[in-house]
Amino acid sequence: MDGLLTQSQVIQLAVVLPLFGALAVWWLGERNRNLREAASVMTAVAEFALVASLTPDVLAGALPSVDMFEMIPGVNLTLTVEPLGQLFALIASGLWIINTVYSIGYMRQNREHNQTRFYICFALAISAAVGIAYAGNVLTLFVFYEVLTLSTYPLVTHSGKPEAIRGGRVYLGILMSTSIGFLFLAMLWTYNITGTLDFEAGGILSGKVEGPELGVLLFLYMFGIGKAALMPVHRWLPAAMVAPTPVSALLHAVAVVKAGVFSVVKVIVYIFGLDLLVDAQADDWLLFIAGFTIITASIIALRQDNLKRRLAYSTISQLSYVILGAAILAPISIIGATMHIAAHAFGKITLFFAAGSIYTAAHKTEISQFDGIGKRMPWTMAAFSIGALSMIGLPPTAGFISKWYILGGALETSNALAVLIIVASTLLNAGYFLPIIYKAYFKDQQPRGSGDPYHKYDDHGEAPMAMVMALSFTALGTVVLFFLPEIPLALGRALVGG
Amino acid sequence: MTGALMSSDPWLLLLVVVPLMAAPVCVLVRNATASWTIALAVSWTVFAIALKLLFQVMVQGEALYRIGGWDAPWGIEYRLDSVGSLVVVIVAAIGAVVLPYAKRSVEHEIPEERIYLFYTMLMLCLSGLLGITVTGDAFNLFVFLEISSLSSYVLISLGRDRRALTAAYRYLIMGTLGATFYIIGVGLMYQMTGTLNIADLTTILPAVADTRTVLAALAFLTVGISLKLALFPLHLWLPSAYTFAPSTVTVFLAATATKVSLYVLLRLFFTMFGEVDIFATFPVQPVLIAMALAAMFLASLSAIWQQNIKRMLAYSSVAQIGYMVLGVALATEAGLAGGIVHMFNHALIKGSAFMAVGAIIFATGAVTIKDLEGIGKRMPLLMGAFIISGLGLIGVPLTVGFVSKWQLVTATLEADMWPLAALILLSSLLAVIYVWRIFEVAYLRQPAAGLPVPKELPMSMLVPTWILALASVYFGTNATFTLNLAHAAARQLMGGL
Repeated sequence: MDGLLTQSQVIQLAVVLPLFGALAVWWLGERNRNLREAASVMTAVAEFALVASLTPDVLAGALPSVDMFEMIPGVNLTLTVEPLGQLFALIASGLWIINTVYSIGYMRQNREHNQTRFYICFALAISAAVGIAYAGNVLTLFVFYEVLTLSTYPLVTHSGKPEAIRGGRVYLGILMSTSIGFLFLAMLWTYNITGTLDFEAGGILSGKVEGPELGVLLFLYMFGIGKAALMPVHRWLPAAMVAPTPVSALLHAVAVVKAGVFSVVKVIVYIFGLDLLVDAQADDWLLFIAGFTIITASIIALRQDNLKRRLAYSTISQLSYVILGAAILAPISIIGATMHIAAHAFGKITLFFAAGSIYTAAHKTEISQFDGIGKRMPWTMAAFSIGALSMIGLPPTAGFISKWYILGGALETSNALAVLIIVASTLLNAGYFLPIIYKAYFKDQQPRGSGDPYHKYDDHGEAPMAMVMALSFTALGTVVLFFLPEIPLALGRALVGG
Repeated sequence: MTGALMSSDPWLLLLVVVPLMAAPVCVLVRNATASWTIALAVSWTVFAIALKLLFQVMVQGEALYRIGGWDAPWGIEYRLDSVGSLVVVIVAAIGAVVLPYAKRSVEHEIPEERIYLFYTMLMLCLSGLLGITVTGDAFNLFVFLEISSLSSYVLISLGRDRRALTAAYRYLIMGTLGATFYIIGVGLMYQMTGTLNIADLTTILPAVADTRTVLAALAFLTVGISLKLALFPLHLWLPSAYTFAPSTVTVFLAATATKVSLYVLLRLFFTMFGEVDIFATFPVQPVLIAMALAAMFLASLSAIWQQNIKRMLAYSSVAQIGYMVLGVALATEAGLAGGIVHMFNHALIKGSAFMAVGAIIFATGAVTIKDLEGIGKRMPLLMGAFIISGLGLIGVPLTVGFVSKWQLVTATLEADMWPLAALILLSSLLAVIYVWRIFEVAYLRQPAAGLPVPKELPMSMLVPTWILALASVYFGTNATFTLNLAHAAARQLMGGL
């Protein structure tokens, strides 16, 4: 592939290719559903190949960049492949393949309507996510950020039921009001004082802004990026759980939320610059808010009986680990934050896959119904357990490594608060995941009464093959990342220039 | 300025005269199809002339024509600069896109025997709007203002609904008030300066600027133009007029008439009073900013509560006029550029939005938002265009609305008025609410049982709607051309200060 295309073409194609996939899906439609699904999978594989082909150059320290065109006089739509973006693009496009396989099983087994629209919007969302990953300046980031919000809205409201419409309103309302109200203003303010919007090593604001203004600008960025789900702008994420589970799995555990924390890290590293924030002590409050979000979201997760909602609050809490890692401002904790983007992606997509698998096979959504389910769905619950271990941060899973690095950064900067938050939240994570595993394996199944419309599903087995394969694969990935964390760590080191 | 350099340019005259002469021809042929054909040919000719003039002005900076060869200030001169040529292109382009659309829509809404009168009036209106833009004479401007106004009263009254008559009558009263205020203002200025030529006024007014008469003239002119512009709170005629007018008329007026009025306001502040620092001498700025903010918030809130979809879009127009006036009120190059670029962008957005609504009315007869239940599935192609224009109203990236917002917010930040920046963004969130209300009804509700199948939409209505929708994506994605043009126009206007 490299022989055929120049590097800048590869970068642009990586953003555009899913759109062609969407066109193919639309053209094939419901009448050729097997071909349509084949088109989705092939697009995903080609997309991953394109993205992956850029990795060696990035690891070698190159920053391939391409200006697509001048959008506003003086500001281009620019794509630049830097280490962090490369990692995010790898994760999003790689997991898209697995998620597509899973989606095929889920959507067919549950006889969902409008499947063509579902796959089209999914492709659009991935295109936007890769666009965010490769954004070379804040304008490009903002453009794709908004496209991601809009393209996922039809997925959130997919069922068309009243609760989906309500969920869609919260989703769109919070994401759009934060991005238009705060992020847009922050972007233009930055442009006004610096005359540039490019992401540059060391930041562009250094020496241009100080004192309270710096704090206000940081505030606008951090809450303007609503997808990072810092409290109190986190409510859209539980609301988005009305979507079909494959959407929750890839978009609301990986692509959308990672786009949020990714943008946060990128803004801190490339717009503000670590030195500026360290000198000005401007981000202490961010540490508090991230810590508060980690703890509070975990406590709320403890009280959720609906599995997807518990996972959603767990995601909110885990996202703030990434923000915490960035806000500690030590290079080693930033590497940890980068690693956590990868670790949490694999772990949480596994957990959501498991939730969707349980719903498909047993029609169960509440944790209190899960007694004995481990015996009926051994593969699903084994994968679930691995994902849960990674969330808690126990070896041999990827979550251990990222927490280790973030903790290392906290200790290095003698940040007692951060250490305390990490320890306390680890206990809370264990508190809301271990009971599920215990119920699944050590309790006996409670049959549903004949009044329950789903009681005929009581004698269930595993979910369809496609789904089990997908979740086993991501669970395996969580373990593999523990033993072979080199690529994300190398990209993280390249990010902080170490 | 020098006579030798500025050769007389007859294209300026043709721009106005061609549609003006087409009007009586339409009356003479008295046939619906023939008069439509004539109007179509004229509108495309005018668009071609407008483009030619735009590129000419971009190179030369100005174009000039002396009526009858008389030099100003004795004769009337037509004069076109950057901002004028942009407005001319907006008006002519909308005319050129609206006419193919008009044929079926007008046949559907207006009795056959009155159709030739419709095109007669449309030609007069087009001629009047273009005349306002090209003329360099304050009294001649009044004449064209009346031509365009009178013809638009007639056009509105042709609406199918009986309430179109009261809407037109109300507009007639308010419009006449506005025109009267304008002419009083011109009279007062003539009394003090002895000239009606706009360029002449620019040089003479500073000498008499301190007099109460000139202050009164400025006040009369501002109020008069604001009435035509529908600047809050002088907008009361607009919602009903847009709601009950024939769909084609709503599209045409919404995309052009208010833009031309804004152009006259620019001429007043930055050309006639260009050498007088009115923003320092008179409390123009705080008043304009207050009115603009009131429009942005109150009209957007009104839009949220509307049940009739055309009325909702009409209130949204009042709000959008607020954005344009806010840019003008900043009285900086960036602010003017924001107002000017939004003038262009909003013409595209509202043009396609009203076209889509007109097509829905054509196909289903729906007028309230409730009637739109499930329309997204029933008319997918058309609603696609409507979604794009809706996103444009919100200001989502890759639509023109984003470009306008970018420029306006940049301008407020440059002027150190960051609270205004926050208010602009806050009010654009109101647009999210009224636009999303429609999307939810159109896509997430099931149509009531037993609804008739929508009539098949003719290509002549679908294609123009999509042309404007795609234009709003194109100029939203690649805004270099429009923003540079708006900056050039703003620089030229500010040159007088």
